[in-house]
Amino acid sequence: MSQPRILEVRTKILKVNDETARAMRHRFVEAGVLVVNVVSSPGSGKTALLEETLTRLKARGMSVAAIVGDLETDNDARRLARSGVPVRQIETHGLCHLEAAMVEERLAGWDLAAIEILFIENVGNLVCPTSWDLGEHLRVALLSVTEGEDKPLKYPGLFNTSDLAVITKVDLAAAVEFDRTLALANIEQVRPGMPVLEVATKNGAGVDAWIEALLARRVTLLKSR
Amino acid sequence: MHELSIAMKVIDEVAKHVAAAGGGRVLAITLRIGRFSCVQEGALRSSFALASAGTEMSGARLEIIDVPVRIWCPACEAERELPGAQSLACPECGRVSGDIRAGRELDLESIELEPLPPPSIEQTSTERIASE
Repeated sequence: MSQPRILEVRTKILKVNDETARAMRHRFVEAGVLVVNVVSSPGSGKTALLEETLTRLKARGMSVAAIVGDLETDNDARRLARSGVPVRQIETHGLCHLEAAMVEERLAGWDLAAIEILFIENVGNLVCPTSWDLGEHLRVALLSVTEGEDKPLKYPGLFNTSDLAVITKVDLAAAVEFDRTLALANIEQVRPGMPVLEVATKNGAGVDAWIEALLARRVTLLKSR
Repeated sequence: MHELSIAMKVIDEVAKHVAAAGGGRVLAITLRIGRFSCVQEGALRSSFALASAGTEMSGARLEIIDVPVRIWCPACEAERELPGAQSLACPECGRVSGDIRAGRELDLESIELEPLPPPSIEQTSTERIASE
């Protein structure tokens, strides 16, 4: 009598993505490029912060580039391109996150060794990007004061897999009665020990500290080679 | 709705393993999904049903093992299961711990394939003759 055949595979569902990401991370380290994956909900200020960041890093003589994921439009890519640095767009056509293979495809033709920091602006979403490793060295979760303090508790997976949290639009904190202590406590609940920066891109508050944190991370990356 | 992407990756992985095992219809697929993995079970099931249509795993049973979040509590010096995923605080002492021991799983555990077809009649009679 024939029995059903059971294949005990015990593998990661996202194995292919993980492998692609690991290979890319290796390439990035070899080339000395720090890769920063920026995640947040829509409208939390990713593009504004990145435009400012690219502009400032370029002014300091650094070689930076960006890949922008967006559902349908290239509005964000065009905004980032105003900084004068190389920007490439990934239109996901409805897909709510970026995958490693999409980023790999967009790298074609870029001399990675000539780039010092590459930013990946993920699709605005606090759930879907969580499980997709893009080969980054630094995952940065943005949380704007206008979103409320409980976002880390509602989306613990994303905050937990991040390396750095940036609270944005802090110039509006008083107007929206943002409870900073509570927000910091909530981040601590889901990702104990994660460093948190606070910025207001509009008036420049905290942007220097953010830039310094990126540069310090790149130094660490170079030392690790 | 990244569950559709996840379902498609499940289908890709299963197809590879089924082909390596000599093919056949898939009766069941067992997944281990951690509560910290941001995957919603209902959405994953309907995505799988949609995306598997017309493949050898269409209609397969999706067995989902739900894995609760477990942390190592340094204060209790013990592994603790958490009631949810909203906080990583130890349910006994309240200490927050980032040492997650389980709950992030997005794993393909096993695949059940239909039985191999029974030996053909000719073989059966040959075997019978041989045994006689």
